[in-house]
Amino acid sequence: MLADKDRIFTNLYGYQPWNLKAARGRGDWDNTKALMERGQDAIIEEIKASGLRGRGGAGFPTGMKWSFMPKESKDGRPSFLVINADESEPGSCKDREIIRHDPHKLIEGALVAGYAMRARAAYIYIRGEYIREAETLFAAVAEAYEAGLLGKNACGSGYDFDVFVHRGAGAYICGEETAMIESLEGKKGQPRLKPPFPAGAGLYGCPTTVNNVESIAVAPTILRRGAAWFSSFGRDNNKGTKLFQISGHVNKPCVVEEAMSIPFSELIEKHCGGIRGGRDNLLAVIPGGSSVPLVPAAEIWDAPMDFDGLRAVGSGLGTAAVIVMDKSTDIVRAISRLSYFYKHESCGQCTPCREGTGWMWRVMERLRTGDAAVEEIDMLQQVTKQVEGHTICALGDAAAWPIQGLIRHFRPEIERRIAENQREAAE
Amino acid sequence: MADRHIEPDTPELRARWGSFAWTAENAEKAKEIIARYPAGRQRSAVMPLLDLAQRQVGAEENTQGWLPIPVMEYVAKQLDMPIIRVVEVATFYTMYNIAPIGRFHVQVCGTTPCMLRGSDDIMAACKARGLKKGHTTDDGVFTLTEVECMGNCASAPMVQINDDNYEDLTAADMTRILDELAAGKQPKTGTQLPGRHTVEPIGGPTSLTAMVGANHDYRGEW
Repeated sequence: MLADKDRIFTNLYGYQPWNLKAARGRGDWDNTKALMERGQDAIIEEIKASGLRGRGGAGFPTGMKWSFMPKESKDGRPSFLVINADESEPGSCKDREIIRHDPHKLIEGALVAGYAMRARAAYIYIRGEYIREAETLFAAVAEAYEAGLLGKNACGSGYDFDVFVHRGAGAYICGEETAMIESLEGKKGQPRLKPPFPAGAGLYGCPTTVNNVESIAVAPTILRRGAAWFSSFGRDNNKGTKLFQISGHVNKPCVVEEAMSIPFSELIEKHCGGIRGGRDNLLAVIPGGSSVPLVPAAEIWDAPMDFDGLRAVGSGLGTAAVIVMDKSTDIVRAISRLSYFYKHESCGQCTPCREGTGWMWRVMERLRTGDAAVEEIDMLQQVTKQVEGHTICALGDAAAWPIQGLIRHFRPEIERRIAENQREAAE
Repeated sequence: MADRHIEPDTPELRARWGSFAWTAENAEKAKEIIARYPAGRQRSAVMPLLDLAQRQVGAEENTQGWLPIPVMEYVAKQLDMPIIRVVEVATFYTMYNIAPIGRFHVQVCGTTPCMLRGSDDIMAACKARGLKKGHTTDDGVFTLTEVECMGNCASAPMVQINDDNYEDLTAADMTRILDELAAGKQPKTGTQLPGRHTVEPIGGPTSLTAMVGANHDYRGEW
């Protein structure tokens, strides 16, 4: 188990105040100027060396992402950092804990990261439903300005940097980076075609990097403790510590910071009090938020919880939102409810997703009750393949994968329902 | 996409809201909000201004607030935007209420993580209390909506009512909360589970125990 001294988010549970004084007592904003004095390239190199991969789901190397930003502005355009706090993936609830209990880690990270990528300002885009959390964040930013940590000559570094908070208003799609940029510009959050990539033309047409809250908030600690410390956790290519969020049928659901690559069984037994009804009662797990395919009990039990380990069992780490389902679960309904979620959240821009998500949900509802023909299972599978990869953003893929996972692992259950329904109809 | 229907533009609506203007306090806030964005990019302020307007309408009506067309026009004018661009935003984002709403907006999360922890029972408790999904009660006190994942999955099931979350709910908790709100009381927010603080494992944290009683500084142990 990860030692407490190696945890980054020490006030994760909010037993202590979030304010600047308390945060400083825990080590935040400790000579940030010295971190900045190492220089922009040295900061990016350190983050690269740490092996940090983006914590928002895709797992792109964070340091490399920062290095895509222009080193100087040839045409006078400023650069921006946008921090993605639009946490809406079903199962994910980590950024909320960072923002309401440790907001200064995020704000200090914004300064350090923004400085490293030569940004003029950071916009923190927080989901609209996080109302109290946004109040905390606004107050924390105001504290940082008051103390001279942000604004002109931030932390006495000679660098001017602003942090603004922007509240969303209830659209999952704004967690997609280009949709977030559209939304920040005051439009409907509909994703843009890439290229151009945000690092070339993002917010207001200026070079922009969009990073997840957790990726930014861990950066100052990595710089203080060194890349070697951070990369001492986890397997190769999957380094560091990570906030895991365990929900569903465990005895003690929780959010907890652990080393990457921790086996699923250890995570559940050590922190969550085990599966409800014991290990034998486990049916399946969605290990990385609603967008990744489910994994049956036998395959997940010993799997290392990291990017590669979960890909090896046909799923993914995503945001490390672990949704546990025991044998009392109506598995078809559980996935169908996710299909409804994607139908509800499709932005309506691309036809395969706008029409496909509704169509897939309606078929899923019929499979749930068994009111379908067996051939429709294959038809549904084929339609998911036609949605996947044929849309501007990944929402279409995200809607397709849970259904594909269900059919892959629970086809007999779907067929059983159809047979039972037909038997009842015949009686 | 979400099914949403905008309240029609009628002479009565114009008569009621045609003269909408910021209160002095909100006019200041609006100015501060617009200043967060670069000059010439004031359009970026449309989302926070719509939220502010919705709250002002709510304060005037003693409801959770909504956005009549004349109010959207007011925001459009301030930001120098075509009205249709504001309507697009207001209809796209589900937190903007585009039809009248009750005093308490009861938003029960029904997505899979909450469903697994018993959101059906929470919905049933609302129904038993006379609330109907997608409707406002006759006395105008409660509007019930089933919403998508609210990001409280480790303390599910949950409901958001106006600006506050109530987590780790049972059906009995839900009934009690509705009763207290109807009686003009403020129920305890956050987790409803006795002994639980926030999202630590139920029964006490398995890590960071030194933080429970003191603002422990771990740097000495690095």
